[in-house]
Amino acid sequence: MKIGVLASQGAFIEHIITLNKLDIEAMPVRLPVELKGVDGLIIPGGESTTISRLMDSYKLAEEITALARDGMPVFGTCAGMILMASEISGNTTRSLGLMDITVKRNAFGRQVDSFETDLKIPVLGEKPFPAVFIRAPIIERYSNNVEVLARLDDNTAVAARQDKLLGMAFHPELTNDLRFHKYFLEIVTGKRN
Amino acid sequence: MEKGTWKVKTGLAQMLKGGVIMDVVTPEHAKIAEEAGACAVMALERVPADIRAAGGVARMADPTVIENILKVVTIPVMAKCRIGHFVEAQVLEAMGVDYIDESEVLTPADENNHVWKHDFKVPFVCGCRDLGEALRRIGEGAAMIRTKGEAGTGNIVEAVRHMRAVMDGIRRLVNMPQDELMKAAKELGAPFELVMEVHKTGKLPVVNFAAGGVATPADAALMMQLGAEGVFVGSGIFKSSNPEVRAKAIVKATTHYKDPGIIAEVSKKLGEAMPGLDVKQIPDEELLAKRGW
Repeated sequence: MKIGVLASQGAFIEHIITLNKLDIEAMPVRLPVELKGVDGLIIPGGESTTISRLMDSYKLAEEITALARDGMPVFGTCAGMILMASEISGNTTRSLGLMDITVKRNAFGRQVDSFETDLKIPVLGEKPFPAVFIRAPIIERYSNNVEVLARLDDNTAVAARQDKLLGMAFHPELTNDLRFHKYFLEIVTGKRN
Repeated sequence: MEKGTWKVKTGLAQMLKGGVIMDVVTPEHAKIAEEAGACAVMALERVPADIRAAGGVARMADPTVIENILKVVTIPVMAKCRIGHFVEAQVLEAMGVDYIDESEVLTPADENNHVWKHDFKVPFVCGCRDLGEALRRIGEGAAMIRTKGEAGTGNIVEAVRHMRAVMDGIRRLVNMPQDELMKAAKELGAPFELVMEVHKTGKLPVVNFAAGGVATPADAALMMQLGAEGVFVGSGIFKSSNPEVRAKAIVKATTHYKDPGIIAEVSKKLGEAMPGLDVKQIPDEELLAKRGW
């Protein structure tokens, strides 16, 4: 199995290191040709406007959208989830429009409001998941075919799955907890339907 | 729910990696930078080249300047305080800036002590010329490091010198037998625990960007190939003849830093780069990199 990690900008090395811990071959993707032969794609955290601009060059956005429409699994963290959303509220940044969700950027405020918390995530088992929220977005709206995987105490949706697409507002790649990456790999192999 | 942790401070720097942080002095500049793909902006009253030209005491920017920039962009906004001026840092934190640069570009307020950065919820970035200086700043709580270079010169030579010094320092520690690490810590003037950490991991404990002299897309790619994880561009964009085009080109060159074909393509027809200064012609007491220790 080979997983591509979008490397236009952001914390892509952290995802590559996490995948390597799971004995998975991971390739940085900066150009469309580098998507050839990947079984799934991770869009990392970073600045969504920056990544969006860079994906507009060399038809990278078009290629990712086409592959995802053809069934390539995609996993987005923070900025990655923003870019997967069909709608970004109050913002003109172009997203890929893969998941039927509306996200709000910087939903908790500025950097001084960034936080860590433990989340209950039933699909990952009993043990709470250490979630790091950095200038994080939230999921404001989702359609019926989207399954919410995690919520904050006030019920705000912060992780969701739609078929083979997985998005979350926080950063599993900044922790040593490998469960979300494993979960994505099980979507890729078809073990999780 | 815990705010202001080391993880969220260093984590934001991790999210900035592979990106370009641009100096801006007006909301219009900030919009241009965001539009071009900057991963953050540094809100200032003057870019370093103008600070250098003006002379006198350079202080934290007027809060109005920073506020106006905070209002118009959605990317992170950084601002500078003077070395050791912890009240300027308190003010910047209260205003909600996303990162504070305790910067040698401003006139130091304390020639002996830097800000004790662990006391703040907002993260700090600090400049360095070598590994020892980087580790001293991290010891005080810097969650991100940048090489100093020589700001406002448009000359990459000092940035290269400092990045090579940091990378060389790391390589030495990695190859050093354990029983020599204490002596190394003494010579570097760096906290022993951080020396041990670099020895074990082979890298700095926080993200390291390049700064001070980046003027062209090739300069940015050079710093990335030397080991920078991103670049700060100060005067290089808004002191050039066509800031929009140059900003976009530097962003692309930073992403595709290993692809000379793309760097060539984005380097075409950029107009005039900022006027450069020969660092050797600058009197010793006017060198910004020598501020701080």
